[in-house]
Amino acid sequence: MSDSGDFQLDAFAVDVRALLSTTVASLYSHLITRPTGRAVRMAIESQLEEIPGPAISMVDFSSVAVLDYSCADEVVAKLLLGLRDGGALRSDVFVCFRGLQSFHREPVEAVLERHSLYAVVEADSGGAELMGPVPAPEGALWGAVEEVGQVPGPRLEGWLRERGLEGADLEHLVASRSLFRHPFRGDIYALSELAELLAERPGDPSTPETPPEPNARDQTS
Amino acid sequence: MKVLELPSSLDYRGIEELMARAVSAEPDKLLLDGRRTRFVDPAGMIGLLGVGRFLRNRGAERVRLQMDPAAEVAGYLARMGFYRASEGILEFDTPPERARGRSSDVLLEITSIAENQDVHALVEHLQERAGSILSKTLHYPPSAVVQFSVILSEVCQNILEHAGAPGWVAAQTYQWSRRLGRQVLVIAVGDLGRGFRGSLESEHAGRFGARWSDSTALEAAFIHGLTRFPDQGRGQGIQQIRKQVRRWGGVIAVRSGSARIADTSEWEEFPPLEEGLADFPGAWITILLPEADPEGGK
Repeated sequence: MSDSGDFQLDAFAVDVRALLSTTVASLYSHLITRPTGRAVRMAIESQLEEIPGPAISMVDFSSVAVLDYSCADEVVAKLLLGLRDGGALRSDVFVCFRGLQSFHREPVEAVLERHSLYAVVEADSGGAELMGPVPAPEGALWGAVEEVGQVPGPRLEGWLRERGLEGADLEHLVASRSLFRHPFRGDIYALSELAELLAERPGDPSTPETPPEPNARDQTS
Repeated sequence: MKVLELPSSLDYRGIEELMARAVSAEPDKLLLDGRRTRFVDPAGMIGLLGVGRFLRNRGAERVRLQMDPAAEVAGYLARMGFYRASEGILEFDTPPERARGRSSDVLLEITSIAENQDVHALVEHLQERAGSILSKTLHYPPSAVVQFSVILSEVCQNILEHAGAPGWVAAQTYQWSRRLGRQVLVIAVGDLGRGFRGSLESEHAGRFGARWSDSTALEAAFIHGLTRFPDQGRGQGIQQIRKQVRRWGGVIAVRSGSARIADTSEWEEFPPLEEGLADFPGAWITILLPEADPEGGK
């Protein structure tokens, strides 16, 4: 981030299974028990802290066979709590989850409910969904942004009014890091849109000329 | 040598009788006489280990176990790893040889839970072993193996996080011809730790005042999800276990100190809350999961 208005966001992929085997012990192949979850979360946080600028992290569960409630609490809930409440993570880090299979969903939903948290989850079919105890108006607003991908800052007020959506709900979604607001222009982005933009290689002519300028990086330990 | 007779059916109900006898026994040289025992389930086996350890902790010089070597139950105990698990706790004559090649019918042998990696090893084992038993014997869907592993993981973490002492877990299926006409999976987890009352006391006893007891501690944890940790994320495990057990039409009972609390069903009517039981240390959890009803109900 700079005074000139340049803004660069990094994408950062975290393969939870790979972290599990390298960080905790190669013996462990399931995301179970609280100490294991704590170790994996701290490894994710540590990787995110190493990124110098703002970042969006895709936490990938696709190769995790068993996820219990204690581990979901440590990995998913505490990671999101750190973002929402200003814990270990910086204020310019965003997290999405991907690869959640049907048997992961129940523990994740349970811990989100318990802590009143929202999680942006990449859907198998593309796009994203917002998991957690989301009130209907916030869900509608989030879904509307997800549908269009981004809303330019100068048009935001009118865009909300046309749809009967409330600014207070938008603020809550931004505060919960379920939506991204460009720090200078006030544009609102769906996290899935950001992830898609960042997946495009820099310099690719098909990349839309839209800040933030992506700088995609993959790291799977 | 004083004799404590084992019940003929050393199961999740019969173990109560043995615990009561153990609590009132003078620690001495003791013989646990199982010569008339004809049936044993995981709750009975783990409870028997607990009784042996309890008597030793109270100063019993020797605790000897005698089973009828000709009875099937002795061989069954060997297949479930009972004699191996009871080393250093119980003395016995040469145990029956572990029947070779028959362990495939055992879902989960008696397994000691003392540290985090034991839970990982247990879940690894279940992922390999439980699938066919859950699907072929209990007719649960393939996804049940993950939910089953999660239940076992959470219930064993209960030992590590709250007991402050090692424990045991075991599971096996049985044909309940008379009571239910179906197979039932019996899961038992037990420890001789501080129990629910001891675990919650420092954090929650004050607000209960004179009402604080084993039963109020069990209600606080089992019904309301309280733990001794201030962290809001704690206490979910047992709630989620209850939810899953209900979905499968099962029963869960937790015995701690002198009380037991349970989620019951029409086919196994544990009282929802029992008080005034023999004051036996630790926490003893029994989960009963019935075979899926072939007609679609539970």
